[in-house]
Amino acid sequence: MNFELPNFSLIIPEIFLLTMICAILLLDLFLTDKQRIVTYYLSQLALVVTASLVFFYHTSVVIVDFSGHFIQDPLSDLLKIFLCGIVVVVFLYSKDYLKQVNLLKGEFFILGLFGVLGMLIMISAHSFLMLYLGLELLSLSLYALVALNRDSQLASEAAMKYFILGALASGLLLYGMSMLYGMTGSLELASISEQISKSDNNSIVLIFGLVFIIVGIGFKLGAVPFHMWVPDVYEGAPTAVTLYIGSATKIAALALALRLLVDGLIELHHDWQGMLVVLAVLSLAVGNIVAIAQTNIKRMLAYSTISHIGFVLLAILAGTIDGYIAATFYTLAYTIMAVGAFGVVIILNAENLTDFQGLNEQHPWLALMMLLFMFSMAGVPPTVGFYAKLMVISAIISVDLTWLAVIAVLFSVIGVFYYLRIVKIMYFDKLEDCTQVVKLATDMKWSISLNGLAILALGLYPSALMVLCTQAFVMSS
Amino acid sequence: MEQSLLELWKAIPASLQWLIWTLVKIVLIIAPLLLSVAYYTFAERKIIGFIQVRLGPTRVGPRGWLQPIADAVKLLFKEIIIPSGSNKVLFLIAPALAIAPALAAWAVIPFDVGLVLADINAGLLYVLALTSIGVYGVIIAGWASNSKYAFLGAMRLAAQIVSYELAMGFALVGVLIAAQSMNLQQIVLAQQGSILHWFWLPLLPLFMIYFISGVAETNRAPFDVAEGESEIVAGFHVEYSGMAFAIFFLAEYANMILISTLTVLLFLGGWLSPFQGIPVLEDWFAFVPGTIWLLLKIAFFAFVFLWLRATFPRYRYDQIMRLGWKVFIPITIVWLLVVGLAVVYQLPWWFD
Amino acid sequence: MLLEQILFYFFATVLILSATMVVTSKNPIHATLFLVLAIFNSAILWLMLEAEFLAIALVLVYVGAVMVLFLFVVMMLDIDIATMRAHFIRYLPIGLVVFITMMVEMILFVGTRYFGLEQFAKPVAKSADYSNIEELGQVLYTVHLYPFEIAAVILLVAIIAAITLTLRHKPNTRYQDPSHQIHVDPKDRVELLKMPAEKL
Repeated sequence: MNFELPNFSLIIPEIFLLTMICAILLLDLFLTDKQRIVTYYLSQLALVVTASLVFFYHTSVVIVDFSGHFIQDPLSDLLKIFLCGIVVVVFLYSKDYLKQVNLLKGEFFILGLFGVLGMLIMISAHSFLMLYLGLELLSLSLYALVALNRDSQLASEAAMKYFILGALASGLLLYGMSMLYGMTGSLELASISEQISKSDNNSIVLIFGLVFIIVGIGFKLGAVPFHMWVPDVYEGAPTAVTLYIGSATKIAALALALRLLVDGLIELHHDWQGMLVVLAVLSLAVGNIVAIAQTNIKRMLAYSTISHIGFVLLAILAGTIDGYIAATFYTLAYTIMAVGAFGVVIILNAENLTDFQGLNEQHPWLALMMLLFMFSMAGVPPTVGFYAKLMVISAIISVDLTWLAVIAVLFSVIGVFYYLRIVKIMYFDKLEDCTQVVKLATDMKWSISLNGLAILALGLYPSALMVLCTQAFVMSS
Repeated sequence: MEQSLLELWKAIPASLQWLIWTLVKIVLIIAPLLLSVAYYTFAERKIIGFIQVRLGPTRVGPRGWLQPIADAVKLLFKEIIIPSGSNKVLFLIAPALAIAPALAAWAVIPFDVGLVLADINAGLLYVLALTSIGVYGVIIAGWASNSKYAFLGAMRLAAQIVSYELAMGFALVGVLIAAQSMNLQQIVLAQQGSILHWFWLPLLPLFMIYFISGVAETNRAPFDVAEGESEIVAGFHVEYSGMAFAIFFLAEYANMILISTLTVLLFLGGWLSPFQGIPVLEDWFAFVPGTIWLLLKIAFFAFVFLWLRATFPRYRYDQIMRLGWKVFIPITIVWLLVVGLAVVYQLPWWFD
Repeated sequence: MLLEQILFYFFATVLILSATMVVTSKNPIHATLFLVLAIFNSAILWLMLEAEFLAIALVLVYVGAVMVLFLFVVMMLDIDIATMRAHFIRYLPIGLVVFITMMVEMILFVGTRYFGLEQFAKPVAKSADYSNIEELGQVLYTVHLYPFEIAAVILLVAIIAAITLTLRHKPNTRYQDPSHQIHVDPKDRVELLKMPAEKL
């Protein structure tokens, strides 16, 4: 048996992160509750160093190694660095909240870091096996994180729903993968793509498998009609976990979709385009319309996520390089706004929309930041959200799917309503009881300000992020 | 007469011949096994009697030698009482589930070079799988009896067996690494050389853990919390009587002999002579067939089972769990690393 | 060849029947035991495909460990069958629709038409002394090294998650420290005092 030793330096960031997690896991045992902050700082250090390792080992060529299980390309490096950055912000926002609700445990950070590891693996996955394993690593961590608050019935119920639907989705995904494996005889994405292009007489079985894969992706992304778990999980989970799920995991979901559909199954583009159209339109419709009826801020943001997923799917289904660039840009922009919006929710410890009443009087700067996030989500210029939506729509129009673009615009306009409602509540509704005082720690103040200004800056100069996204795809294709 | 019998045999198709031959072999293994189980119970009463300075059974037959036969006859004629509210089918299936794996495991046990019913590559794995199935008989018995005591016993045993199976499995992995094979014959042959080449020495911690876990797996004192007559009457078989009870009894003793045999095969050179490699003694004892050595070694471990029972008080339940999870499993994992390194670097004497 | 086919169809039928019973049987213990039977039968099917390691590992891991714990939990649960039945009947129509669609699709696609011997050549039978344990080991630690290690990480996460969700530190629990117990000195326990005899 001749076997070439893989180049282990390719996975140095992953190896480092895993080593750090194990070290933190052990160290955390010996910390008292008062010293728990050490775990937090170490976790942040782990993320920062991981991101810098990715940056340090960055190359602009595509490398496939570990017998085809691993791929390093500009896209993977971009997503990995961005992911680590987002999770750093997530942890920063979560710290004070966790202390407040008595959940500041080492497990939050450890499971969070394991989730990051799972996402890193998914981002660099180049075979069905690695995609699935990365996905499971992420999902398992998330199930436990959602149920972290064991005394809350709502959280337990949400975790249960998430777990059962997630397991079902994994099963469907695996079934689809096994079909494709049966037809192509390979788990590696590149050779699957090659096999499919060679033979076309068996395509019906391939499509049969593809349906299952799309359903699996749909579940994991939270696209309609596989979205049932999203609002419950967002509402039931501790807000810090919602913040994590609402922002960081979307990057991994994008990677999952791109790797599977573009790297592996691009030859079946005709077939999955139609399926994604259905998912995208339904997501846009349900997400935007049902969000109007919500009174719980977390549920509302959950439905908003669903509608944004619709946009990402629109960009992917275009099937062109421009579409993929738009999808990546949209996802990265979305994670920045989502982390900010949930950040404000976490600062206020808000549950209902009414918790935002009179925020302008109490803390005008925070209200301004929330205004920026809401404008960006709604797609109001000059925020980055506007530019992201524009890119998706232009990508759609360029493949002659103008009717889809019209639908997308239509539902975005409907969506503007509930985003602006928050703004109205903050600025025009009077606060009923003035007992609650919003206090901001220095690090929170700085990061939320940076976050809000990033939305504005990227909206004014989108080319900064644009160049990175373009490079990721132009180089790798 | 002989001639015609031989011709009759030849007239049978080959596959049927094979089937008959295999059945004969199975009987040749099972019949002595059951007989030794019967006399194992007798030995237990005698030996424990000796340790406790009393005589044990003396009345039935000369010096009590017919005692096991009398016991068997008594149990055969007793009525099997099926408790009300019990699950009849499962209640009756349970004893069968307990004894079947205990007997089936003997299929891969070699008694000498080439003297084995099924010489399969995954022998070690097969044995491990079968010993892990044995627990079903007990669990189902405990549940189907519709009795609190039986149920408690079953619950205790389920948790205990699963815990100790891990340590046992890890110990077996150590043997597998050292012997570079899962075939039980190959494992014995890998220990050739002298008494110091047997795996008990390089795998000393695994050897001890394997045997102690074996005691726990067979639910024997000091790990017999599933029966715990002073706590939960008789545990899982409290509702069983007559032959149904006898089968549980048989299964337990068959399992004890099986564990002794496996310990001998895996760690003490199986049928190899203990005088191998010693100049003069080796020649003196060369006439003794390997099977005799094997049986002698098995007899020693079977004795240790009884010795343990007569010596130690019963463990408390949480202590059993602590020993399994916090002591045995870490030790086995560390020793696996040691064995792995020794094999990779071909440590002289054993692995060169 | 014929014998092999008879065996295959026999075990396959038992497998499907017991899998059906897992879903339909009224008693959760029976359902669990039928699942054990189903696993056994799939192990036998694997054995017929000459995958003896996978077959025995399936029995060892699932029957020997996982299902024991399943039984353990199911026996302690008090499951209300009546409500379960009610839910079952309520969702039966939609379940049937999904079931029939899936069945039809699978019968259409997963069969000899696409996966038959014309599409895929019959694999060459290995000789009797062929050990697929060795082959598996070779592949696991070379070609599939990376996924194999990640699978181990997933197991670690599962342990952490399970402990996070179940371990509760009760402040008032009193523990025994075995090493402390062993290291007691009789002198600490009993103090022998010498008292002068008192005169009356």
